[in-house]
Amino acid sequence: MSTRVFIPRDAASLALGADQVAAFLRQAADVEIVRTGSRGLFWLEPMVEVATAAGRIAYGPVSLGDIPGLIEAGMLTGGAHKLRLGRPEEIPWLARQTRLTFARCGIVDPLSLEDYRAHDGLKGLARAIEIGPAATIETVTQSGLRGRGGAGFPTGIKWKTAADAKGERKFIVCNADEGDSGTFADRMLMEGDPFVLIEGMAIAGIAVGATKGYVYTRSEYPHAIATFDAALDVARRDGVLGANVLGSSHAFDIEQRVGAGAYVCGEETSLLDSLEGRRGQVRAKPPLPAHKGLFGMPTVINNVVSLASVPIILTAGAEFYREIGMGRSRGTMPIQLAGNIKYGGLFEAGFGVTLGELVNDIGGGTLTGRPVRAVQVGGPLGAYFPPALFDTPFDYEAFAARDGLIGHGGIVVFDDTVDLAKQARFAMEFCAEESCGKCTPCRIGSVRGMEVIDRIAAGEQPEANLDLLRDLCHTMKFGSLCALGGFIPYPVMSALEHFPEDFRATQRAAAE
Amino acid sequence: MVAGFEPWTRERGAAIIAAEARREGATLPILHALQAAFGYVDAGAVPLIAETLNLTRAEVHGVVSFYHDFRRDPPGRHMLRLCRAEACQSLGADALASHVRERLGVDWHETTPDGAVTLQPVFCLGLCAVGPSALLDGSPLGRLDNARIDAALDRAR
Repeated sequence: MSTRVFIPRDAASLALGADQVAAFLRQAADVEIVRTGSRGLFWLEPMVEVATAAGRIAYGPVSLGDIPGLIEAGMLTGGAHKLRLGRPEEIPWLARQTRLTFARCGIVDPLSLEDYRAHDGLKGLARAIEIGPAATIETVTQSGLRGRGGAGFPTGIKWKTAADAKGERKFIVCNADEGDSGTFADRMLMEGDPFVLIEGMAIAGIAVGATKGYVYTRSEYPHAIATFDAALDVARRDGVLGANVLGSSHAFDIEQRVGAGAYVCGEETSLLDSLEGRRGQVRAKPPLPAHKGLFGMPTVINNVVSLASVPIILTAGAEFYREIGMGRSRGTMPIQLAGNIKYGGLFEAGFGVTLGELVNDIGGGTLTGRPVRAVQVGGPLGAYFPPALFDTPFDYEAFAARDGLIGHGGIVVFDDTVDLAKQARFAMEFCAEESCGKCTPCRIGSVRGMEVIDRIAAGEQPEANLDLLRDLCHTMKFGSLCALGGFIPYPVMSALEHFPEDFRATQRAAAE
Repeated sequence: MVAGFEPWTRERGAAIIAAEARREGATLPILHALQAAFGYVDAGAVPLIAETLNLTRAEVHGVVSFYHDFRRDPPGRHMLRLCRAEACQSLGADALASHVRERLGVDWHETTPDGAVTLQPVFCLGLCAVGPSALLDGSPLGRLDNARIDAALDRAR
């Protein structure tokens, strides 16, 4: 009988050769290969797991050249080898996590509903149908779940607002336009456990009375798009989506739409404009999308991780979820360790773990082995923090108190070769490139910001120009319509505040 | 795959537009479908879309030009989308990009004179723990350095 072997099909695993490993192994041994998502330990990818009498045994990182030796060492029965990692759930990096939203990712076949059911899938949706819309919204509210896209708005309150709003149609929109550098949680989930997002959206639909959902996925994620579309077909065939969700009287269906490379479409109102077929321009609020959203109808718009966290909340209860976390940040956050980091990947944990633990203890410092000099938390709009701020706990309010943000949970590590003046300039350049153009502080301010930083770097009237840059950042922060222009001051000002020597150093170099 | 696009014709364009037009907010699905078929959005498609969706040509042009993805000219046989975002910067993406531009002899958004490779910048592929990264004809590449990207380009060409 063939041995079952699990090899990820996550895009990051493919980037490291998972397809080639799978093809080689299929030829070299009598195996039945199951392609899974990734467990998120990317320095161990491609990670190959073998089903043995003692459970799954992992090996990694496996390269093509390792395979003959692995087979000789008895890999197919869990034999000893220098790449043997043991039972994956006992790898300390994984064992110390609290995997709720990502409980199945890397374990199940992403397109097998049988697998999904066998791992507690669809229990949350069944529960929502059983208790009805009002109690479902109350459960989500009580859980303390806040928007995982970055804004941190309470999900239950958003749902209640849309449920109470009047409209001939209502929509659930999932924001899968995960554009922040350093983030990949949405991608991993859509590639590794797409049914959990479908389940979360169906629960949201039933809760607010919406029968149609849209998922807006960025075009940079071709594998996530393909897997999610395939999962939608499976869910329709099985009656998870359709006129009678899980045999109930509720109707709900989902359509995936693909973005077109505009970062600003991750902002919820420009995403709605894009879905309607227009330029992705930001809308002024009010009206809130919950009142007048997609096609002018009441709309719940949530991030992938927010929606995918709902099934476990319905299954295990609000109390269970709320007990994890700190302060007003309840539950778990899939934190993404990225950039120049030794042990990069997805680390789901309750809020409250400190930045230093994440970067040094869990992440193992830099990949290059040089000292950590800065980390950017929360994507291109997030602040650069020096190691002096590594005692900051991962929590919405704690980061805000230090003029930073957690955003969608991405942490990008830089070693001591980084030039923070250059990073500040890049932030302005990125904003200029991606601005939707609707409001002046963002459209013009970002271009002027680039120019001012260039003048500082060239040593032209540095003090006067630094004052001008601070003033410009103030205008952008308080005068922009959305978080793109409004938050770009975070990376710029944090670079200036925590790494002023980089701005002086470039002046000196220019003067010489 | 980038290779194997069909040449633009008004008839094929109109058929593709008609097939997508019934969706709500159909502009982006139409543009994606056109680009998937022809490799770019031909200027001749703009009035067809406008007429089908009851929009002005200016509105359609506005959408085509707003989004980075939509090309107005045919691409090369291979498409290299190289990540320029922060996580990849932290591992030397800027130097890698300089190497690639020099080796191919093109700047961003350009195609090599032999029509083999189009170089596109991309801001994040979600491969931030295995950077520097790229997509070559839709296949993800991680932990890139000069040698690895050269080998991948050689295999493609």
